[in-house]
Amino acid sequence: MNPTVEIIISCFLLFGGAFVLLGSFGLLRLPDFYTRLHAPTKATTLGLAGLLIASMIYFFVAGNGVIVHELLITLFLLITAPVSAHMMAKTALHHKVRMLKRTAGKPLTEAARKREAPPLNEDER
Amino acid sequence: MKLSSPTGWLPMPAQSLILFVVWLLLNNTLAPGHILLGAVLALTIPLLIAPTQAPQPRVVRHWAAVRYVGRVLWDILVANFEVAMRVLGPTRRLQPAFVAIPLDVEGALPITILASTISLTPGTVSAEVSEDRKWLYIHALHLEDEAALIAQIKSRYEAPIKEIFGC
Amino acid sequence: MLNTAIVIVSVMICIALVMNLIRLLSGPDLSDRILALDTLYINSIGLILLFGLHKGSLLYFEGALLIAMLGFVSTAALCKYLLRGDIIE
Repeated sequence: MNPTVEIIISCFLLFGGAFVLLGSFGLLRLPDFYTRLHAPTKATTLGLAGLLIASMIYFFVAGNGVIVHELLITLFLLITAPVSAHMMAKTALHHKVRMLKRTAGKPLTEAARKREAPPLNEDER
Repeated sequence: MKLSSPTGWLPMPAQSLILFVVWLLLNNTLAPGHILLGAVLALTIPLLIAPTQAPQPRVVRHWAAVRYVGRVLWDILVANFEVAMRVLGPTRRLQPAFVAIPLDVEGALPITILASTISLTPGTVSAEVSEDRKWLYIHALHLEDEAALIAQIKSRYEAPIKEIFGC
Repeated sequence: MLNTAIVIVSVMICIALVMNLIRLLSGPDLSDRILALDTLYINSIGLILLFGLHKGSLLYFEGALLIAMLGFVSTAALCKYLLRGDIIE
């Protein structure tokens, strides 16, 4: 295989791997559930997109024709990642998972749990 | 805002197209047999499920939709570097926050798209919608200026969605 | 060159999987465990893709696609169960 192509594929692979690792590192490191939610949902999705692009280029250059399965997986992950993140945030909110003491806007969570408009004493826009 | 309720022999054209394309992608082929089978499936499945669908606002400006997708993809890329810095940096300085965003868009589909966009982009995750669909509660990983965040979301994401659906 | 990159990235993903496992076992709340499971299956998709690259075989994509779909459904079902105490209402 052409060395330039190999370098490009390797770059995409390393990019993807780095973001996958970062997502999991954030999952382990961040202090409470709501902050933890941010790292895996975003970083891991992007990381997988990197890996999928790499494999798309690889199979294209290896002469298997244009393989579009990867595109399907990327699309699927891109659609499902926010939905599952939203569902998990909602679950945590309704189960009163404890949050960091310094989280701003705590009174809002009570209103969000009841699915009401936010309390009025909040300084609004 | 135009509502389209699914009727006729082609009740959901966009969904039919997506079904057809995904069928071909899944089989990774352009053989005539699969094209025929995909076309049959793409025409019959919407006919079967059309009665269960609620009317949804229709996309009015198609180019705006394409531009919106491009912008969101770009923002995902940028947002990830931002989140990466926050994850690797000192966690003691993080200032997480809950924010309530007043919604101007109406209807289930536009709100869903807005909430998904918010979940995918800069350090924010949507958590809950109020019963009357006027407020969206989001959680931000690091919040410095609440008003600026709300203004950014409204101008960068909500305005294009309003334009796309013409509401 | 490419093989080295594949090995390096595989090791990175394995470290990520171990991190998820730690969170899955230690997570103080149920929602933490669901999040860990969610991340676990997404990372395993990456590992399967890498294996497919290494072997030069296309068969593994079918497996990756299946895991992606089942993983999402299971996350949704678990969240729903925690929210409502019931999966199918």
